[in-house]
Amino acid sequence: MIQTHKEPFVRIAKRDSISIWHSWLIRIVGLVLALVVSAFVIFAIVHLNPFKVYEAMFEGNFGSKRRTWVTLRDIAMLLCIGIGLAPAFKMRFWNIGAEGQILVGGLATAAVMIYFGKALPTWTLLLISFVVSGIAGAVWGAIPATFKARYGTNETLFTLMMNYVAIQLTSYFVAIWENPFGSNTVGIINQKTQVGWFPPVLGQKYLLNVIIVLALTVIMYIYLRYSKHGYEIAVVGESDNTARYIGINVKRVIIRTMMLSGAICGLAGFIAVAGASHTISTSTAGGRGFTAIIVAWLAKFNTFMMILVAGLLVFLEKGAIQIASQYNLNDYASQMITGIILFFILGSEFFTQYRLIFRSGKEEN
Amino acid sequence: MDSAKAAISMRNITKTFGSVVANEKVSLDIHKGEILSLLGENGSGKTTLMNILSGIYYPDAGHIIVNGQEVTIRSPRDVYDLGIGMVHQHFKLVDVLTAAENIILGMPGKGKLDLKAVGDKIRSICALYGFEVNPEQKIYDMSVSQKQTVEIVKVLFRGASILILDEPTAVLTPQETKKLFCVLRNMKNDGKAVVIITHKLHEVEEISDRVVVLRRGQYVGELATKDTNAAEMTNMMVGHQVSLNIARPEPKDPKPRLVVDHLTVKDPDGITKLEDVSFTAYSGEVLGIAGISGCGQKELLEAVAGLQPFEAGTIQYIDPKTGKSVELAGKDPREIFAMGVMLSFVPEDRLGMGLVGNMDLTNNMMLRSFRNGKSMFTDRKTPRKLARHVVKELDVNTPGLTIPVRRLSGGNVQKVLVGREISSSPTVLMTAYAVRGLDINSSYTIYDLINQQKEKGVAVIFVGEDLDVLLELCDKILVLCDGKVSGILAGKDADKNEVGLLMTKHGEDNNDDSNS
Repeated sequence: MIQTHKEPFVRIAKRDSISIWHSWLIRIVGLVLALVVSAFVIFAIVHLNPFKVYEAMFEGNFGSKRRTWVTLRDIAMLLCIGIGLAPAFKMRFWNIGAEGQILVGGLATAAVMIYFGKALPTWTLLLISFVVSGIAGAVWGAIPATFKARYGTNETLFTLMMNYVAIQLTSYFVAIWENPFGSNTVGIINQKTQVGWFPPVLGQKYLLNVIIVLALTVIMYIYLRYSKHGYEIAVVGESDNTARYIGINVKRVIIRTMMLSGAICGLAGFIAVAGASHTISTSTAGGRGFTAIIVAWLAKFNTFMMILVAGLLVFLEKGAIQIASQYNLNDYASQMITGIILFFILGSEFFTQYRLIFRSGKEEN
Repeated sequence: MDSAKAAISMRNITKTFGSVVANEKVSLDIHKGEILSLLGENGSGKTTLMNILSGIYYPDAGHIIVNGQEVTIRSPRDVYDLGIGMVHQHFKLVDVLTAAENIILGMPGKGKLDLKAVGDKIRSICALYGFEVNPEQKIYDMSVSQKQTVEIVKVLFRGASILILDEPTAVLTPQETKKLFCVLRNMKNDGKAVVIITHKLHEVEEISDRVVVLRRGQYVGELATKDTNAAEMTNMMVGHQVSLNIARPEPKDPKPRLVVDHLTVKDPDGITKLEDVSFTAYSGEVLGIAGISGCGQKELLEAVAGLQPFEAGTIQYIDPKTGKSVELAGKDPREIFAMGVMLSFVPEDRLGMGLVGNMDLTNNMMLRSFRNGKSMFTDRKTPRKLARHVVKELDVNTPGLTIPVRRLSGGNVQKVLVGREISSSPTVLMTAYAVRGLDINSSYTIYDLINQQKEKGVAVIFVGEDLDVLLELCDKILVLCDGKVSGILAGKDADKNEVGLLMTKHGEDNNDDSNS
């Protein structure tokens, strides 16, 4: 007896191509849906006016000039790490060690600020910190890359483990640099003199952070897209065999690219210490090394797209904090809203690539 | 077409991938006790049609009727219930499992696995049709033809009465092909329906009862095999008149170009892949390399190209201008290029080695030339020009230069690769399975290109699998067997059976006078 089945209710088919306006339309629909659904959730669970809540989220980010600049500073930080990850990920090298690379970069900067703070002027200190933090990050990236290139070790585990080494190293130096004694923190470094801090540009404390990161955005975009190195990275990422076939030294490219990736993450540590917190602790990276993985992937390694993604993530985070404090909600409620919005935005990416076919033969989306 | 008697009737099947129409209103009957050949060029939709029948794709429109009842096939699992089994071109076996384990993989059953009963059933199937399978043998220990046998037994084990084979002979020697055909005839006599997808017309003539021709996704017509011939089938496939002769111009002034001497290659596990291989490739000649796949062809070409380190031996390149010879041993592809050795290599794995599947045509053209110039930025104008040139000259069917090459059909991918490789005016051209999976039209384009290069004085090394082609195209044929040279024959006088025997070591006697 032959068993017969019904045609499946819905099937998924890959889109051939999609126009730019259509893909943005899908994304906007996704965002609107996200706002509608979370409006219902807000109303149902915490009985608040959703519009007020959205307003609060906006307030949390751009409510005052100071808040706006803090938001921009945080976007720049996340973006910087995302830019650092881009070349490694494009090479299909899963660098999840940005946390560690940020920390060693930050440590190097803190060391320069502490040990040379009395002897050298700010600009010299900044220049030295810039170089030293980059080198520290590069070394942190080069270690797993060398092992991968030589012995084929798994880079995900290796880079992850390097994070814990960096955290322990930071704890050690925090103990050494403890200030005031017994506080178990480094305190604000050079608080009185502000030597080695990012100076205000055009009167804005955080403008230099933004400028450095924007410059990196442009440079990395050009590097990946138009340079010979960028081309080699793309070929190695796509196929080891093709790279060998055309005589690319795969080992060298892996190590070189990971040094670059680590160096930029190290610079992020420099910006975090000299340009934002002026202190160092094991939470200086604060999980942003992992959040930046989302930034790099969602933007498909396009550094300009990363500005948007980093902006969205920072906006949601700050918004969530604001509504939590303003309406006395606990963190979970505000994080739920963040989760819903992210879910819909990521979901809309799926619909830019695939379409649904329903049983009737009609096509949707 | 009498659908009442048919084991399977497909009616008005349409399948599109994005804007590409793979099948358009194709109708087809498959009868019991008959071998049906499905014939068509690359991209004509043969495999898509059969994948629909085996549950891999779902049709956009159309009906499938099995034994008089309309069915919906949602997944390969449904297909087993309907008694349909497909043997794919690329085997779908787990290497570290045994034949028996592979055969029962994914089948429903009780908690306890009775491999002995499975083995007995396998042996009874083998006895019935004349297979030779050892159920306890691991897949990685098997030759290509043994693996294929396991695939066939797998579908029979699941009770298939309708068998679909996608290019089953592509990887077999003539002797193995004969054995396969013998088995297929046994199945036919047992009342099973067999569908075979193939490019090789002489096999169609030999084995099948009926031929169905597809062209550009559409059903063109069907013929009884006994009433037709190769020329007629080709014309139906291609849609216009094609000449089926491969030219072999006389070599002009052949001089040694590449001298390989006592080459021995071991893989990282220490297994000998090539042993004491010596030969000379002459300018203006096509040197064919025959052998069962995996007999050291890949290692040989890669050793010359600087991709494969070797234990012993030398590879001398003789510069056509100066007459001086340089040693290629120990050099990587970049160093070989830097020495001025214009070596072009069309590897077997086109998208995994010769090209980057996800990159567009321009970027793929750049692979060879991106280092040119001192600037740290890449020059994209020259490769774009080259891409445009190749598309025009070789008639590459592509929607544009910015499409990823993996989206092109096999023949067009190969044209892009060969086009790039010959654009650098090589003095040595190595090709591995240059026409594998290509349809007649594209294959002849490639043969013409190879002959053009030959007439320019290029030393061509052509690793092939279709003996008929090797015998027609090559000036000399080197036969590899298990990494050793088992004979070097002149293309004109060589006989297909002789080459076949040399390939399988049955020709041990011939070893004495050839090499060693």
